[in-house]
Amino acid sequence: MKKDKMVNLKINNQPVSVPEGSTILQAAKKLNIHIPTLCNHDDLCVAGNCRVCVVEQKGAKVLAAACAQPVQEGMEILTNSMKVRNARKHVIELLLSEHRADCTKCYRNQNCELQTLANEFSFGDHLFLDIVGDHERLIDDASCAIIKDDSKCIRCQRCVRTCSELQKVSAIAVSGKGSDMKISTFHDRPISHVVCTNCGQCVNRCPTGALTEKNYIDFVWDAIYDPEKYVVVQTAPAVRVSIGEDLGYDPGERVTGKMVTALKQLGFDSVLDTDFTADLTIIEEGTELLTRLRKALVEKDKDAVLPMYTSCSPGWIKFIEHKFPEMLKNLSTCKSPQQMFGALAKTYYAQNIGVSPEKIVSVSIMPCTAKKYEANRPEMRDSGYKDVDYVLTTREFAMMIKQAGIDFRMLEPSNYDSIMGDSTGAGAIFGATGGVMEAAIRTAYEIVTGKPVPFDNLNIIPARGMEGVKEASLKIEGCLKEWSFLEGVELKVAIAHGLTNANKVMTAISKGEADYHFVEIMACPGGCIGGGGQPIPTNMTIRQQRIDAIYAEDLSMPIRKSHDNPEVKKLYEDFLEKPNGHKAHELLHTHYVERVRY
Amino acid sequence: MYQTDNLVKDLVETHGRRRESLMPILQGIVEQHNYLSDDAMVEVAKELDISAAEVYGTASFYSFLDTEPRGKYVIRVCKTITCAMKGKHEVIETLEDILKIKVGETTSSGLFTLLETNCMGWCHKAPAMLINDVPYTELNREKIVKIIKDYMHK
Amino acid sequence: MKTKKISKVDLIFEHINPREVLTKACDMSPEDIINEMLESGLKGRGGAGFPTGMKWKLCAEEKNRTKYIVCNADEGEPGTFKDREILDRVAYKVYTGMAIAGRAVGAKKGIIYLRGEYKFLLPQLRMELDGFHKMINEICYDFEIDFRLGSGAYICGEESAMFESIEGKRGEPRNKPPYPTASGLFGKPTVVNNVETLVNSVIILKYGAEKYKLLGTRFSTGAKVFSVSGDTPIPGIYELELGMSLLEFVNEFGDGDTKAVQVGGAAGFCVPRKLFASTVIGFEGVPTGGSMKLFNSSRSMYHVLHNYLDFFAEESCGQCTPCRVGCQQLLKGVESVKRGESKSTYLNELVKLAATMKIASKCGLGQSVGNAFNSIVENFREEIIY
Repeated sequence: MKKDKMVNLKINNQPVSVPEGSTILQAAKKLNIHIPTLCNHDDLCVAGNCRVCVVEQKGAKVLAAACAQPVQEGMEILTNSMKVRNARKHVIELLLSEHRADCTKCYRNQNCELQTLANEFSFGDHLFLDIVGDHERLIDDASCAIIKDDSKCIRCQRCVRTCSELQKVSAIAVSGKGSDMKISTFHDRPISHVVCTNCGQCVNRCPTGALTEKNYIDFVWDAIYDPEKYVVVQTAPAVRVSIGEDLGYDPGERVTGKMVTALKQLGFDSVLDTDFTADLTIIEEGTELLTRLRKALVEKDKDAVLPMYTSCSPGWIKFIEHKFPEMLKNLSTCKSPQQMFGALAKTYYAQNIGVSPEKIVSVSIMPCTAKKYEANRPEMRDSGYKDVDYVLTTREFAMMIKQAGIDFRMLEPSNYDSIMGDSTGAGAIFGATGGVMEAAIRTAYEIVTGKPVPFDNLNIIPARGMEGVKEASLKIEGCLKEWSFLEGVELKVAIAHGLTNANKVMTAISKGEADYHFVEIMACPGGCIGGGGQPIPTNMTIRQQRIDAIYAEDLSMPIRKSHDNPEVKKLYEDFLEKPNGHKAHELLHTHYVERVRY
Repeated sequence: MYQTDNLVKDLVETHGRRRESLMPILQGIVEQHNYLSDDAMVEVAKELDISAAEVYGTASFYSFLDTEPRGKYVIRVCKTITCAMKGKHEVIETLEDILKIKVGETTSSGLFTLLETNCMGWCHKAPAMLINDVPYTELNREKIVKIIKDYMHK
Repeated sequence: MKTKKISKVDLIFEHINPREVLTKACDMSPEDIINEMLESGLKGRGGAGFPTGMKWKLCAEEKNRTKYIVCNADEGEPGTFKDREILDRVAYKVYTGMAIAGRAVGAKKGIIYLRGEYKFLLPQLRMELDGFHKMINEICYDFEIDFRLGSGAYICGEESAMFESIEGKRGEPRNKPPYPTASGLFGKPTVVNNVETLVNSVIILKYGAEKYKLLGTRFSTGAKVFSVSGDTPIPGIYELELGMSLLEFVNEFGDGDTKAVQVGGAAGFCVPRKLFASTVIGFEGVPTGGSMKLFNSSRSMYHVLHNYLDFFAEESCGQCTPCRVGCQQLLKGVESVKRGESKSTYLNELVKLAATMKIASKCGLGQSVGNAFNSIVENFREEIIY
């Protein structure tokens, strides 16, 4: 490997040597010199817009943005000179003047990067005039998932870069210029009426409270306090490995048992697990895949289109509905685990506990903002009621724990309630990119061959990792009689996370450049662990730590294959009869709609 | 006047489907339709395979790429310093008086829109205005009345 | 006070035979052309004043098969209108300059970014361009020019914003480095020259650097086309030798009551009467892209400043904080002081803010707002407050 050419420079009179092409910011990091930033984000390209990171280069007339300026041999940088300090203070004061600094009422209070900077510089009264304008007019809260409040926007464009670079959606872009410059949807329409997938990646990267999820905390409290209501809660696989971050733990800490105890202490009547319906999804989706393969390969049925796409990620669903509606037939008809759970909570579960479904309030705790939208889709009422009433993000959930005065660290772990609380390692890994694929293969392979997948300790390594698009193939050998048509077939799969990568895969497929059988897509980088509802901040390291925790969770489970989940088996015996059966279709499957593309 | 989708298709044929085709396409639409309708922007977004928000975001950066309905003749009166010193105010008053509209508005006939613009490079012949692409300079009331009358009868 | 008469020149609009100049260029090596430019001391006529020869040299040194010559005809600086006149009268000299630049740096493609306000010139320009293409074809000169139109955005005169605009995006200036000569239009090495600069390169090639240098001063060689407007009996376009004092200029163009001259447009400096004699027009003194606006004592400098700030608040691209918010704060700030809502001492804070904008903004626009602001506030403080 070619060795990087090193560049020598001095920062605050300390010599440092960094590879050519590094920025001043990176060089300063190496010296443990902190330069404040706002528009900069590890996941995104350099912008150099906010100018908070300006530094002085000896001999230069103007200051340089440390995040954008490449190092040069012999450069001498000052990060805390009078010039720098004055300019930085001015920049922060300017940002505060266009920002509705209603901090005590703000959802991001104490987790706001602008607030932190303002605190560091400990301003007195605002130096400049307030130019926010009529803030009532500047708030778009029509969406059930994401609220956009321009009065708190500091135009750093992180959201715009997120939506375009990571998600290839560009539901939001920069519009206008000068004093009219703002972040805007197509012709400033409500965010609920444009191509926004509600993935919430912008929310995760917004340094202030300009983009937040719509919060339903008070609705959930009201339900809990209502003696007439029976409140069931489900928790997604990715929440247990991330909620700790909002409660003082380092990223990657698994707190499943404590989390269950906390939910019980909050007053939920039943604490159940989305991992249970993740296992169920595998049975339904795996069966659907095998049926499709049979129809396509044996019966040559033209309606049985391949590849089949996973349908667990509601951000991905909305993306394909807007951008590749011609491929909706490829989507698995399976609802997501959240919605399968919702449909069962008010039918199967209600019957079992003897509570009338109208009294049940179904709450889900998700790493996701798009799940809020999904729960509100008109299709999601197959129980006869709204299947999932309220969706809380991991962040909202952490907030409830804090509001309730629970000392999370001191909690004794406890187990999920039964009959929808059992889960397997396969359900757990749904939270990581490649997890659905791995879980599905663990089950499908065994259905077809009667043997476990030929991977050491069931760990299907090719499905794992942070690569944007992963491809793998698996030769099926030793099929049971019923599946003999699959004998020798090379099962080709692809896995993509982040919608930019999804877009790549979709484009390749629609151009006929790829011939997969099964494709897993997750809207968010890293899968659900990187979801838009997860603790802020996020970056590659944090996502990797959460993923490591997910796989550790998998390994810790006594059962690691979805079809071995005893409660899922019981569900089929007592209620659903058989996978893809009539009742399953009624409750667990759905359809999709073509949407406009702006 | 062309239908929007035909117009966009023609412009795309002429200028191509790359990102750098965007400005000439948008300019072509404004030339024909006086402004960029939402339909036109969505159509362009589809053709160029970019998001409609980006089309809008780009258009709204440029003051001549209007995204609000405009009249057949868009009058832009220069408001920068020399024109301001040399009677821009009277030019606006005269136009408002003749057209019975305020700055930013369009006549009910749909014929004229009255706007202000920044320096258009006629300071030595101030005050000045553009009607669509045509500059008019050293304006006074009589001149304006005649110019507008001519446009009304075009 | 004794002043010498200012010296008028007629080189820009003088008719020449472009074929002759291009033939001469063909006989020279690219290095020779660049050396001639370096020798002439020509600095960019758009306002920033970067040495043209150096720009060409840097671009020539880049190893890339595709390079571009971009002609900056986005003349948006308030008070500047000389490029329009040049294009109207001697467009072929602009084309010729581009072709010379192309030969010097190894570019085959030229783009003229014409501001939307000058679209009315386009039919005539295209016709002349056809003729030019024919002519260079005959002498086997491999260069092609195309037009791109702006659409009403001052900032697109900033070179990297212009690239963005040509590439179909919002005209937002890029981070620098990389500089255009290394990575410009479509990421390729690019020379951006102002209309007048390109014509100067033709003049230099025709007459030689030695002769050219006889005009002007050591640091400001050559002549310059000035756009004269405001309170003057003779507004218009004048080609004048560089290096005159502002007093000489005012004596020639003033109406006898000149209290201030804004040199260099809204992005330039306001020079009050007391500094006329000591102010040199040129790169050693107050540089200008050609905009000279005279104000007589009937004018309110508050009005002038307000007009400029209103202009900048609208024309800032809006991406960087100091410029986007700073322009609004300066505008609202002077309004507030004028209305008596803010104390007059608030002006001191605004002067400091303008100084920050000068060093912390991303591009030349934000960096130059403070020029007009501070020079007007410092010299006409009372007019701003009362």
